[in-house]
Amino acid sequence: MSAETYVRPVGVHPPLDYPEYRSSLLRAPKQPLVRLPHGPTETTGPLLGAERVTTADADLTTRHAGEPLGERIIVTGRVMDSDGRPVPDTLVEIWQANASGRYAHHVDDHPAPLDPNFDGAGRCMTDSQGRYRFITIKPGAYPWRNHLNAWRPAHIHFSLFGTAFTQRLVTQMYFPGDPLFAQDPIFNSIPDAGARQRLISRFDLETTEPDWALGFQWDIVLRGRDATAFESEEAK
Amino acid sequence: MTRPAGLTPSQTVGPFLAIGLPWPDGPDVVPPGTPGTIVISGLVLDGAGERVPDALVETWQAAPDGGFGRDTGFRGFGRSATDAEGRWHVTTLRPGRVPAPGGGLQAPHLDVSVFARGLLDRVVTRIYLPDEDAANAEDPVLASVTDPVRRATLIARPGDTSAQFRFDIQLQGTAGGTETTFFDV
Repeated sequence: MSAETYVRPVGVHPPLDYPEYRSSLLRAPKQPLVRLPHGPTETTGPLLGAERVTTADADLTTRHAGEPLGERIIVTGRVMDSDGRPVPDTLVEIWQANASGRYAHHVDDHPAPLDPNFDGAGRCMTDSQGRYRFITIKPGAYPWRNHLNAWRPAHIHFSLFGTAFTQRLVTQMYFPGDPLFAQDPIFNSIPDAGARQRLISRFDLETTEPDWALGFQWDIVLRGRDATAFESEEAK
Repeated sequence: MTRPAGLTPSQTVGPFLAIGLPWPDGPDVVPPGTPGTIVISGLVLDGAGERVPDALVETWQAAPDGGFGRDTGFRGFGRSATDAEGRWHVTTLRPGRVPAPGGGLQAPHLDVSVFARGLLDRVVTRIYLPDEDAANAEDPVLASVTDPVRRATLIARPGDTSAQFRFDIQLQGTAGGTETTFFDV
């Protein structure tokens, strides 16, 4: 068991205390974290089955009376652990804004139109090779109040379980070439520039379906069992 | 050895997690009416003492016999978005004792992840039960938190009945509220 040797990967995950992201000011813990040795509760995790998911849940464009507005896209990739093993049969949950940059949520007051044909939630199980695939529309950028003239780059929220409590991950997938990266404190909260790039999907002509939808590839890497070995690679 | 792929970094759940993450049966680790049910409930609070209405609390625990996962027939997993008043709850069974990494047994506990706008990564804590004094006294994780005030933040308070417990999560300390002890996993 790696309980005594695990070191949190340097530079990969954002610090909790990151004042540039204003919402963290009153919510980030100030006390040092206490090392939790990994026992059975940490090395196991919820194995939530396919009974929670239907095939239709992976297509965000066919759930309502009409089709949502926006660029139809396919988002697909593999879920792996940092030892390079695929993570099969694991639940992937996503949520996102509509093509206008508006969330179907009562708190979102951005003056952009809601789309009655888009709720923005999807889920699927990875297949035996760890692959996931969603059909959706490209989310719009939107303003927020973090700083003067702050805009979030277009993104899709992802939630993953893996097979152990230690692998639980919630993150965001971005799109290539977004001009808003440089001013976004959430994207830039990741200390390591290379790690930041790993949140950006890749446009892929192979995934693109002719006369129908643009394709984006994005692989997700959860912690493996030997996080220390990974750590030394990361540090280069 | 193949070169391992780089880890995918965490990002905040943001303010709109309610679109994608809550499930109708999320707080029901066991179906309502299951014999031996306990309810653990509480608030999520920020560093101004304000209630946090856009957090998600997830719990993971052993079955009463100390086993984990599907083979036990026990989901073990609870998920509760906070309501407009910052309240969360799970309905579950008492976790069994499981081995400690260094030998011996751990006291009954639930591992907890908290997600919210303002948290760039999840924060992790544990819930221990207040009527497990003997087991708590020999638990190595509790013992590793040497400050008794901080250690006490990990132990739920008794509720109105022996099947109810209260566990508030103070994300950041205030003058009147000790910050919950969070773990590096």
